[in-house]
Amino acid sequence: MTAAALLLTWSVLLAQLFLGLAMAFAAFRVLWGPRAQDRVLALDTLYVNGMMLLLTFGIRTGTTLYFEAALVIALLGFVSTSALAKFLMRGEVIE
Amino acid sequence: MTQAVAADLPIWAALPVALLLLLGAGLALTGTLGLLRLGSFYERVHAPTLGTTLGIGCVLIASMLYFSVLQTRPVLHEVLIAVFMTVTTPVTLMLLARAALYRDRREGNDQVPPPPPPPRGGQEEGPDGTTEEMAAMDRAELAERR
Amino acid sequence: MRRVLPHPLLTACLLVMWLLLNQSLTAGSVILGGVLALGASRALVRLEPPRARFRRPGVALQLAFIVLRDIIRSNIAVARIILRPGRGDRRSGFVRIPLDMRDPYGLAVLACIITATPGTIWVEYDSASRSLLLHILDLIDEDAWARIIKGRYESRLMEIFE
Repeated sequence: MTAAALLLTWSVLLAQLFLGLAMAFAAFRVLWGPRAQDRVLALDTLYVNGMMLLLTFGIRTGTTLYFEAALVIALLGFVSTSALAKFLMRGEVIE
Repeated sequence: MTQAVAADLPIWAALPVALLLLLGAGLALTGTLGLLRLGSFYERVHAPTLGTTLGIGCVLIASMLYFSVLQTRPVLHEVLIAVFMTVTTPVTLMLLARAALYRDRREGNDQVPPPPPPPRGGQEEGPDGTTEEMAAMDRAELAERR
Repeated sequence: MRRVLPHPLLTACLLVMWLLLNQSLTAGSVILGGVLALGASRALVRLEPPRARFRRPGVALQLAFIVLRDIIRSNIAVARIILRPGRGDRRSGFVRIPLDMRDPYGLAVLACIITATPGTIWVEYDSASRSLLLHILDLIDEDAWARIIKGRYESRLMEIFE
């Protein structure tokens, strides 16, 4: 293995470890968050970290397929977080 | 042993990709750590912005650079995620902060500032008025229950 | 011109988005994307959004660089706050700032700028009293924040949108 490949392999692995740990922290907040708004905020962070993890998987495997998955996660994360925030404000999603 | 990265890149491209990836992931980790460490909700709401601005930006630039060198043509579709994140993150965080403020005011929490006073002489209109009324009704209800 | 191409900027953005998603620059995808973008922008006319005035692209570019610099700076500052052991003597709190800007698009962009910068978040805007409620993570001087928001962002946004 060349030096460049070695560098990339280890940095991608380290980045994935960071992001996995970040997702674990966010999941902790989702489960233990004292109030509902803390849980929703943590869920949003979980989504963003998951999306970044998918992008690093794309770099690792060298396929652009993961990009589409990341885009879908970004879209779903936005819609669900705004629906949940709306729910917290009014108690119903559709007024 | 770990699975190797699929493709071989020249070192001048591999180095910035590796650095940007580590920086982006490190920022996301720091932001999420803030979610655990900071004291109140209004402090915690600042923490994830680290990952969603510069963190995701670094990872996207790394991905763009990697695929552009790998496929020897400009691969720019990561820009779409970047644009989408810049537009949506403020919206979700603002909605969450407003929801938290509304809930705290309803409960009569004195840690949050009161709603702005209604203008004198002018008629109260729109959604602000109804929110105000609902909050007042809720406060009355809470007081009754006590 | 206005009848054929009602929203030129939006049409161009939609076309670029289509080409990026398709990852191709062939004549076929340009034509299909152009037709779709034109159709979408003409459909928007039926929805009658309030007319936006966008002037002074030079100032907009300058503002974009300022925002980018501020985002990088405050990323470092907030990361330092999070990683610092102990609570320190940091104080966070709400600030109410009166605004002069009325244009809804300008206010929307200001909201995005303030919230996208780590350490500050837009909480509430009251259109009756025209005041903005912010929450700031590291609040040292309330007047300094009002000066930054009004002088650095609001004045430039008013030049662009009003």
